Amino acid sequence: MESTTSQIASLSPDDLETPPLNLSQLAWQRFRRHRPAIIGLVVLTLLVLYALAGSLFFSEKYANFNDTSLRLQAPSAEHPFGTDSIGRDVLARTIYGGQISLLIGLTAVVVETFLGILVGALAGYYGGLVDSILMRITEAMLNIPEIFLLIVMAKYFGGKIPELDVFGRTFSGSVVVIVLIIGVTSWMYLARIVRAQFLSLKENEFVLAARATGTRNIEIIFRHILPNSVAPIVVSATLGVANAILAEAYISFLGLGVQPPTATWGNMLDGANNYLESAPWLWFFPGLLILLTVLSINFLGDGLRDALDPRGRTV
Amino acid sequence: MSTLLEVKDLRTRFHTPEGIVYAVNGISFYVAEGETLAVVGESGCGKSVSMLSVLQLIPVPPGEIAGGVALFRGQDLLKKSEREMEAIRGQEIAMIFQDPMTSLNPVLTIGRQITESLRIHMGMDQNAAEARTVELLEMVGISDPSHRLGDYPHQFSGGMRQRVMIAIALACNPSLLIADEPTTALDVTIQAQIVELVTKIRNQVHMAVIWITHDLGVVAGIADRVIVMYAGFIVEEASVNALYENPRHPYTSALLGALPRMDRRRDRRLKSIPGAPPSLLVEPHGCPFTARCEFTIERCKTENPPLTPVGQNHHNIACWVDIKTGAPR
Repeated sequence: MESTTSQIASLSPDDLETPPLNLSQLAWQRFRRHRPAIIGLVVLTLLVLYALAGSLFFSEKYANFNDTSLRLQAPSAEHPFGTDSIGRDVLARTIYGGQISLLIGLTAVVVETFLGILVGALAGYYGGLVDSILMRITEAMLNIPEIFLLIVMAKYFGGKIPELDVFGRTFSGSVVVIVLIIGVTSWMYLARIVRAQFLSLKENEFVLAARATGTRNIEIIFRHILPNSVAPIVVSATLGVANAILAEAYISFLGLGVQPPTATWGNMLDGANNYLESAPWLWFFPGLLILLTVLSINFLGDGLRDALDPRGRTV
Repeated sequence: MSTLLEVKDLRTRFHTPEGIVYAVNGISFYVAEGETLAVVGESGCGKSVSMLSVLQLIPVPPGEIAGGVALFRGQDLLKKSEREMEAIRGQEIAMIFQDPMTSLNPVLTIGRQITESLRIHMGMDQNAAEARTVELLEMVGISDPSHRLGDYPHQFSGGMRQRVMIAIALACNPSLLIADEPTTALDVTIQAQIVELVTKIRNQVHMAVIWITHDLGVVAGIADRVIVMYAGFIVEEASVNALYENPRHPYTSALLGALPRMDRRRDRRLKSIPGAPPSLLVEPHGCPFTARCEFTIERCKTENPPLTPVGQNHHNIACWVDIKTGAPR
């Protein structure tokens, strides 16, 4: 008896109180209930594992090894996904291609998000002349069809960057070019979203209060207003990954993207286009992987949109 | 007591699609060190805009500070660059706002928001700033402050948020606190607590306060002197006792008449002031209160009365008429 009372007395406020949920915990609770998003997350994780863990079983050399005597073999025990037009193993190539495609998707979105936030935040916060100039540039970029921009830039810059060695792997310089091109041609929508967010958020009293405390503009932009608009940015960035993977597939399909022997899901499709009927396994597997990735990312983005929407306060 | 802030002939306008809004039309006032000055007047009379102008916090454009000086310890704040003002805001002059629900950033923790100004102005490191923050929260009456640093604003009630705002304002020991209707959004018991808190802290740290409000009850409790504003002009300036006992401007007298009082018969209706304030879109000619004033004489319609002394102790009014006799002065 005595021990229980002394136990209670020794409890500090920390022990008694369940710590309140912070914003990310609330978001996770809402996200968990979004079934398609969870499925998307699981599938995407499996795909990433597939691309990363697969390289433990096959070397890149094997993926690029060609033996024309084995060309265009249908799926078999030895080559589960078949072989391509010069006898390379399609399974190994989807694994290494997956790494490049996912890498392009993620890094292109980093470029896109950086540019989009920078342009949108400055335009929205400062308004006036800065806004006019930045938004006219944005609109000009939007008015040119993206695929056209992609093709012209890929043609112009392609092959200008030498091969790179990263983590012991050799990347064709065209990967970097493609990442930059996709980033530079896709930031406009995000910039508009961020600008709209800033236009409304900067009217909040907490911005005036921050200014009245002597906070500098640059800090108000990036440390006070930006965290408030994180939800639409995260959602847009997620969907951007899917778009970047698709964009890479377009230009690679047109033969302007990442150059063989480096595999990507996109340029594997390019290699398949003469054999659509005679060797369907050439386009089926990379096509299926692109489809699954884009679909699961879109589900994930949907779930994030609902989870991060500050109006959805219910848990 | 030496003068801390002296504003002379301040004029602020806003350029809007409907035309120029004459928000503040040449007001002059001063605050001495450690003194509490109340600024009263109805909504839209230029109370907040004049204080925001002094801190250069009105948006330019559409706003424009068309003239005047604001001498803070002898230096004109209106001539300072944005960078120089950043060093003064929060450190020398702090400000708290009307709605504590919206003036804290919803996605940053309370601790972050208070330590921010300590890091900006005092160059404190994270640990020192946190220690000081706990001290400040204790001072404004938040219980168990060290456990609340990681909390977000939505976990605080309205009164507690206003306490947090006050803690932010006090962080760097400012010599002047501008409180822009800090109790308007709070219920009466919390209002009383906040008024008491500010009074207590003011006496502790010898800080001057400019208290903007339209609640004359609060004014009586807190202020040393009062200025009454109407349509962008100061119409009366007096010590708080002189103002309540002996209002000399028709507007002030009408305002006090509209106030419910414990020592008055309750079966009578409160007197309201007929009409509405003039449009600020028209450059004012004559006295702005003419249309609603019961003492109007011919001169009021053509000439705007300047602020002139009546009686002792800086009791100034802007009126052509002596309201006790109804005769021109």
